[in-house]
Amino acid sequence: MSRLKACFERLSAESKKALIPYVMTGDPQPEVTLPLMHAMVESGATIIELGAPFSDPMADGPVIQAAAERSLEHHTSLHDVFDVARKFRQKDDQTPIVLMGYLNPIEVMGYEAFAKQAVESGIDGVITVDMPPEEAEDYIAALKQYQIDPIFLIAPTTTEERMQKIAAVASGFVYYVSLKGVTGAATLDVAGVVERVSLIRKYIDLPIGVGFGISNAQAAASVSGCADAVVVGSAIVNRMAAQKDTKSEQTTIIVRDVTELLDSMRKAMDSE
Amino acid sequence: MSEVKDKIDYSVMPDERGHFGVYGGIFASETLMQALDELKTAYEKSINDKAFQAEFDADLAHYVGRPSPLYYAERLSREVGGAQIYLKREDLNHTGAHKVNNTIGQALLARAMGKKRVIAETGAGQHGVATATVAARFGMECVVYMGQEDIIRQAPNVYRMKLLGAEVIPVTSGSKTLKDALNEAMRDWVTNVDDTFYIIGTVAGPHPYPAMVRDFQSVIGREARRQMQEQTGRLPDALVACIGGGSNAIGLFHPFLADESVEMYGVEAAGEGLETGNHAAPLCAGRPGVLHGNRTYLMEDRDGQIIETHSVSAGLDYPGVGPEHAWLKDIGRVNYVAATDEQALKAFHQLTRVEGIIPALESSHAIAYGVKQAAQMSPDQNMIINLSGRGDKDINTIARIEGIEL
Repeated sequence: MSRLKACFERLSAESKKALIPYVMTGDPQPEVTLPLMHAMVESGATIIELGAPFSDPMADGPVIQAAAERSLEHHTSLHDVFDVARKFRQKDDQTPIVLMGYLNPIEVMGYEAFAKQAVESGIDGVITVDMPPEEAEDYIAALKQYQIDPIFLIAPTTTEERMQKIAAVASGFVYYVSLKGVTGAATLDVAGVVERVSLIRKYIDLPIGVGFGISNAQAAASVSGCADAVVVGSAIVNRMAAQKDTKSEQTTIIVRDVTELLDSMRKAMDSE
Repeated sequence: MSEVKDKIDYSVMPDERGHFGVYGGIFASETLMQALDELKTAYEKSINDKAFQAEFDADLAHYVGRPSPLYYAERLSREVGGAQIYLKREDLNHTGAHKVNNTIGQALLARAMGKKRVIAETGAGQHGVATATVAARFGMECVVYMGQEDIIRQAPNVYRMKLLGAEVIPVTSGSKTLKDALNEAMRDWVTNVDDTFYIIGTVAGPHPYPAMVRDFQSVIGREARRQMQEQTGRLPDALVACIGGGSNAIGLFHPFLADESVEMYGVEAAGEGLETGNHAAPLCAGRPGVLHGNRTYLMEDRDGQIIETHSVSAGLDYPGVGPEHAWLKDIGRVNYVAATDEQALKAFHQLTRVEGIIPALESSHAIAYGVKQAAQMSPDQNMIINLSGRGDKDINTIARIEGIEL
């Protein structure tokens, strides 16, 4: 059974919801990512979304774009993302890792070479923001050949017809983007999310993660009322951007701030 | 090669989902898929809508001032001493470039779709001005995204857009040029998709933009084909146009693609020279990838990150190119070549002095390659160079490069 499937089954048995933090690999320094991933798991993260930087992240807001720019200053490549995942797996064989990025770096590597190296480094699912199901036939075939879950986004504008199209190809979970707009924008409309999530459930028999606009414990708790997973992105990345401490203290401070946020979210979600 | 060409029906490209061979397509985030689908439906409906086409033609005639002349550049031809050179005078259009052909078309579509707000990206500012112009005319709110670097390089166009009532938003992310402006415009569209129409300025982006912009710009080639036959009794032997995203080039080339005797040259910006790496020539020196919603040739590093481009001309300073050009390169129908900053500057002066026409720096790349190619042709051959824009916007740049204070 895939790590993602096992993870959602375990949570379901415990009546708990998944908490999925997003971190950009190599932001703000390459050495921060690995210890942060382990610390996030200790603070209640159930799945880790590991960002692969791209120079032109069109679907992301300024927060994630800045994270990509910081990461690319260190020339972070897909090989570095694989490397972090491989090292993470030496200590943690249970927590699923989902790689999130844009298509062009994957195109350059080749779908099959990408899928092979991803699975060998312990990656369980892939979200490619600019790859809709219509273009994805070869990409999905390559991922499935290596038992990697292709995870697709669903937007407030996604029609019921498209939901069926996505249902036909997605596995692992689907990711509902709870806002029109880019990552890190505006505020959350919880009632709207509840309505959309129940519509998605009509067509898609997979766990549903909700992300975009979830920045504090209260938002995480209210979304976890209807969703199977809560994705936290910009709120974490903001904490990378905010601190300008010396390199030696950087990891300690980032870990402290991020785990504080995740602890509060986990607590609020579990008591919901 | 000619055998292959015979089998291609250029008029049916792209396919239903926007593919030109392996290029093009729709590589967009989920939020935009529905909006792109609505746009595709509206665009397809407009093609067969007689009233829409009549209004488009009337606007091109009475607002833009079409047909633009096909001007025989006699003194330039004599100085070059080869083929007879004709200039397609897109610089004489309202707003001074070919860009307005497309913005009129898209603004009419926006109105038909009930959108009250239009957004655009711009590099040199020509597309921004053309968008702000039609927004003023149709009474629409207009926001233009422009790289901070380009705002400095193209100050007169920034002021022009503001006079026309547009809000110009500086883009400070990435390389602060056209590609980053496109990213920001895309983000705006994702956020405001209900009431906003995104007027893309070139034949790039997700389907249906490459096909739609080509169709609006093809008026250039249709006119040139007719004018050349009227003036010389036959088709031209060669066509030359500059390529950033490639809309003026595809506009000129497309109506001639099936005419096998017509050679075509698309001229990219070689910047400081292709060998230096400081250029904006993805077709000449890049490789295929996916950016801004379509698969095409790109300037990228070995990890697939998009690299910064260089050209003296802001309008050519773009790391991608329209997917139809990528396909035409692979099948060998169009020759893709490049001209350096230095060659373009020399051509700028040559045309200005010999013909009394100040060309845009973008178009100067086409002039530079065109005169070089014409010199190798015989005097009984004819060449059309697309003079895609006027150079008034560039005089500050030229003066600065040459150390002159205005």
